[in-house]
Amino acid sequence: MVVNRALYFRRRLANTTFIVLSFSAAAFGLIWLCFILWALLSNGVAALGPHLFTEATPPPGSAGGLSNAIFGSVVMSLGAVLIGTPIGIFAGTYLAEYARYGKLSFVVRFVNDILLSAPSIVLGLFVYEMIVVPMGHFSAVAGIAVLAVIVIPVVVRTTENMLLLVPDSLREAASSLGAPRNFVIKLVTWKAARAGIITGALLAIARISGETAPILFTALNNNFMSTDLTKPMASLPAVIFQYAISPYEDWHDLAWAGALLVTATVLTLSIIARILGNQKRI
Amino acid sequence: MTDISLTQTPDLIIRTLTARRAGAGDIRFRLTTMAAAILVLLIFTGVVASLILGAMPAIKAFGFGFITTEAWSPARDRFGALGPIYGTLVTSAIAMLIALPVGIGIAIFLTELCPRMFRRPLGIAIELLAGIPSIIYGIWGLFVFAPWFQVAVQEPVMNAVADIPVLSTLFGGAPYGIGIFTAGLILSIMILPFIAAVTRDVLETVPSVLKEAAYGVGATKWEVIREVALPFARTGVVGGAMLALGRALGETMAVTFVIGNAHRIAPSLFAPGTSISAAIANEFTEATTELYTSALIELGLLLFVITFIVLAAAQLMLRSMEKGQGS
Repeated sequence: MVVNRALYFRRRLANTTFIVLSFSAAAFGLIWLCFILWALLSNGVAALGPHLFTEATPPPGSAGGLSNAIFGSVVMSLGAVLIGTPIGIFAGTYLAEYARYGKLSFVVRFVNDILLSAPSIVLGLFVYEMIVVPMGHFSAVAGIAVLAVIVIPVVVRTTENMLLLVPDSLREAASSLGAPRNFVIKLVTWKAARAGIITGALLAIARISGETAPILFTALNNNFMSTDLTKPMASLPAVIFQYAISPYEDWHDLAWAGALLVTATVLTLSIIARILGNQKRI
Repeated sequence: MTDISLTQTPDLIIRTLTARRAGAGDIRFRLTTMAAAILVLLIFTGVVASLILGAMPAIKAFGFGFITTEAWSPARDRFGALGPIYGTLVTSAIAMLIALPVGIGIAIFLTELCPRMFRRPLGIAIELLAGIPSIIYGIWGLFVFAPWFQVAVQEPVMNAVADIPVLSTLFGGAPYGIGIFTAGLILSIMILPFIAAVTRDVLETVPSVLKEAAYGVGATKWEVIREVALPFARTGVVGGAMLALGRALGETMAVTFVIGNAHRIAPSLFAPGTSISAAIANEFTEATTELYTSALIELGLLLFVITFIVLAAAQLMLRSMEKGQGS
């Protein structure tokens, strides 16, 4: 047998080159991401402390924490999830259960996927026009509204996907017992897809807890603790933004601490969502 | 069992009533879910309508010239979008040029080369990183990356190319650290995990039979990936890349911190510039006149149109891939 050594060598060389390139791509990418996490940890942990949770954001030069920002973030995220999740679940249910192949469903599905990855800053402009302009001033309500607009598409997508995974034999079995359609959905398919739907809601919270751009012109920011939903409210991302671009060193430290808090929240939520999603049924 | 007919009648009535009530509940429930679905549609049309309405004064004042003018002067009420459009397109292009090959490399590494033991943890790590909010990348870029980049890359590069004709303009000026190029780099790091995660998912759909057949006839790893896996997954990879491009175009916080916020198109990539989203984020709450606000909203409208086209194309590609797998 004649072995074409040149060809053989070329193929082996190409293969080795490719493997080396691929390894270095992975190393290159991961190194940058490690740098980011390291900077976040080293700068953030140094600024951590109980005062973050007990004191409000300070004027430059004096000590303070992030309590008003944390409170605002929690309130607005919770409000958005409470409004957005039911709407998202219902819409997802319509797409998966009632009109799987309908014309309306096709359009809604397409539009939903666009909203899912549309720039959040544009959604912020929408809520600004719809709520802030008529009200005449920035408010936490507008912040909740824009976050809800971000939550809805996430929940719609996961709910529909999870419901589509439920085998039709379950629905048929329930229907054959005489259960009306809404009983079938509420008592059988929703239950079967429960873990997945909760995962979707958790992912939605993870997504909105770091949203900054749309907050800037809906809820704005507030240097003081405020529980009034019709007034501007502080939030972690807005405070991080304001403090990071400021010239004051102690504000920078608070910004890092806030960034660490946001990242920790997002990662925890994603990990819980992942664990829930991996369990087949609870 | 014999006296069914008479004694069962009331029971039957109750049953009919229950069934009717359940039927009414059924319609109510169906209408509720449909209303929610229509609400999604309404939100979308609301976004488009409110952007067009809000942009109307600027559209009337500047017409088509808005897109082709570079001047941005709030003091004189003159606005042109060319600078921000240029910044958005160039930063996204830089980001895609870097993140696409590296992201696909990571995905190939994860599906084909990585030892089985590390495959899952690394994959999960990449997915988690894809979920980190963009403001984190922004703050890191501002405090850590830009100062380092200024000293370690910009100054040497500028000195090295100072005498080369084209490159000296492209990488000229003063080393600020922040600028269009830095913003593009931060964006690339931000969309990297996203591209890697999507591409990995697509590559995992390649049937192992196909790959095994190729290995069976003596193909090397590189040949299997180039000739079998990537062609099979092509539509998905392109669709995923376009989703990532959509993200890069609309990304705000990772860019705003490091782009420099200058409404002009400088010949140097290292010079400060601005992007559509950065301009809106920085100036919207400070906009004093109606025309100023309206010009910023028109910028938002432009951004929405651009991303809509990219995202719609991505959807169509990903859908066609799903259909192809079904057959």
